Formats: sequence, structure tokens, C-alpha cells
Amino acid sequence: MSAQTDKRHPYRRPMRGWWKRDRYYIRYLAMEATSILIALYALILLFGLLRLGQGEAAFNGWLEALRSAPSVALHVLLLLVFVYHSYSWFKVMPKTLPAIYWRGAKLPQPVITRIGVCAAVIVNLLVIILLTGLQP
Amino acid sequence: MTDGNKIIEMEVLRYRPEQDQEPFYQSYEVPFLDDWSVLQGLQYIKDDLDGTLSFRWSCRMAICGSCGMMINGVPGLGCRSFLRNYYPGKLRVAALEHFPIERDLVVVVDDFMNKLAQIKPYLIPKQVRALDQGEYLQTPRQLEQYRQFSTCINCMLCYAACPQYGMNTDFTGPGILALMHRYNADSRDDGRAQRMELGHADAGVWGCTAVGYCSEVCPKDVDPAHAINQNKMGSAIDYFLRFVKPRGASQ
Repeated sequence: MSAQTDKRHPYRRPMRGWWKRDRYYIRYLAMEATSILIALYALILLFGLLRLGQGEAAFNGWLEALRSAPSVALHVLLLLVFVYHSYSWFKVMPKTLPAIYWRGAKLPQPVITRIGVCAAVIVNLLVIILLTGLQP
Repeated sequence: MTDGNKIIEMEVLRYRPEQDQEPFYQSYEVPFLDDWSVLQGLQYIKDDLDGTLSFRWSCRMAICGSCGMMINGVPGLGCRSFLRNYYPGKLRVAALEHFPIERDLVVVVDDFMNKLAQIKPYLIPKQVRALDQGEYLQTPRQLEQYRQFSTCINCMLCYAACPQYGMNTDFTGPGILALMHRYNADSRDDGRAQRMELGHADAGVWGCTAVGYCSEVCPKDVDPAHAINQNKMGSAIDYFLRFVKPRGASQ
């Protein structure tokens, strides 16, 4: 090894606090963090299923707990989280699909995102209409 | 000297391995004209202010991929970024993130070069045609399947944008996985099964968590995040198909 080569001493920069370097990373982590709250909501629903299995009184107790003020506040927060999560999900969607061609031209990625968001809005509205119609 | 009356402060990350324990920023006052790129600013420093500054460059027109650097914290090509856009503020220039610094703005690219060779970045035809058999023909639609991914200039900006590569350099990384897709998606190629041994691995497409910043910083609109993530579906299909079809989905 020559003396010249011996002087090489590459410096590796630390990754500590990498997510603070760019707003893009903060948005990415916010997107990932919404998954945790969505998993929490899945647990709440699963718990409701468990209470349903335990009988009418248990299920009504669960419904009653959902109507409490902290629960309503949590649901408002979860709704906002769901909206952001859905939007960010559809924003990533075009990256995961092979290119889609429409009348010979490649469909731009923002169009795919918009189609996804519109579909989600329509399905949610249909569910709300159906559930409202089923109310006694 | 220039005739320009504007002077911008350029802070450049210096690292001289023979005397520095760690990198530090050194400030330079650079007079410039409106059409000067960041690379021209660095060349002014080297020619007129401080000959010890080291950086890579070659073509000056965003095709050689040599002058990738962090410009105010964002990966960019020095030749494609203009000083006027940062004036009157000051400008911070540093070596590309996630790569070890060899000296000043020069990074060690050995890892990138080794990985590049591993994915066999060349056409592997099913049957090699003799010269007198003519070209490998392709329709415009077939060309369109990979053209975008073939415009990569190996500038490594996407690696500097990828925190997954920064945290684990075993990850093959955006640019090379995009190039892998470029050859796999080429109708003239039959090397997908060979390349996907690497693509299927944890260090392959599954090492990507769809941060997506690679596609934002790419100066050639290659969209590595798209190239990688559409392969996850193929990789998953290959995984399940091996139970019913031993040679996988790619055959």
C-alpha cells in the first residue's frame, strides 16, 4: 500500500435526527404514524366484536362507552387521521402500479391519485347513505 | 474575476482526511453573473480563492452525473442549480448525503459501483442474434415500457435522498433497482430471473418503504420509486407462484 493510499480516511456522517433534515421526511413519518392510530381503531372495533359475543348487555356497554366525551374526541381525531391516511395511501398508489395506458397515452400519476380519492369519497358517501337509511 | 456586481456567500463543507477529524463549513464570497451555476461558483473558488477545494465535475450540462451534491440540504446537480436562485441568501454546499466523504465534496462511490455490476445492467437476450440476422426489433409501445427508466445518469442523487440507504447500506438503493427494472421491462431481454435473485431479497425491492423522495430529486424524471414499487407486486407473485409453478412468474 502506498503512502498516498494510507492517507485515505473516508468520513461517514451520522444518521441521527435524519427525519428533521427535510420536510419531505417529516411528511413521510407523519404518513407512517397514521398507521398506528388506524391499528388502534381496528382494536377498538375488534373489542366491540368481542363484547357482542359476550351478550347484549356487554355490547350495549361498549356502545355506551363509545358515546362518552373522550371517545367522541378520539373519533374526531381518528377521522382526521383516516382522511390523511387515505389521501397519502392514494398518493403512493400510482408508484405501486405498472403504468396504465388510456387511449394510447400514459395516465399521469396525479390522475390515478385523484381517481382513487374520488372512489373513496363515493364509497364512503354510499356507506353513510345506506347506514342512515337503515336507522329505525 | 467576473464583472458581476452581485456577491453570494457560499459555505462549502470541507474535509481533508490528512488533517481534519471531521468535516466543517468554510465560507467564500463569490461574485457571480446571473447565468452562473453552483458548479461555476465552485470553479471560481478553486481557480481564484482556494485551490485546495476538491469536487467532481465533467460535462456541465446534466448528463455525466458527476457533480451531485447537497445544495442547501437538498440533493441536486451543481451544474443544474443556479446561484441567482439562492441570492441574496447564502448557499450551503455539502458532499452527497449517505456516502462516506473521501475529501471535501468528493464521496466514496465504491458501494454504488459494486451494486451496479451485480444487477447485470445490460441486455441478456433469450437467443443471441447473429449480425446478419439484423436488429432486435421493438414496437414503440414496448419501448415505452422502459424508456423512462433508461434515462438514469448514475448521479446518485436518489441515494442521497433515501433514508433507507442511509441507515442500511446493504439496501441496493433506488437508482440501481430502477435500472434493474429498466432491463427487466425491456422486451428484448430475458434476464429477469437472474436479476430478481437480488431484487426479491430484503436488500432488493423490499428494502424500499416508499418514502418517494428519490423520485422528487431525480434530475432526469426516472421515478425510481415507481420502478421499485411496481416490482413488489411481481416479487410477491413470484413468491406465491413458486408453490404451484416451480420456475416462478417470470418464466
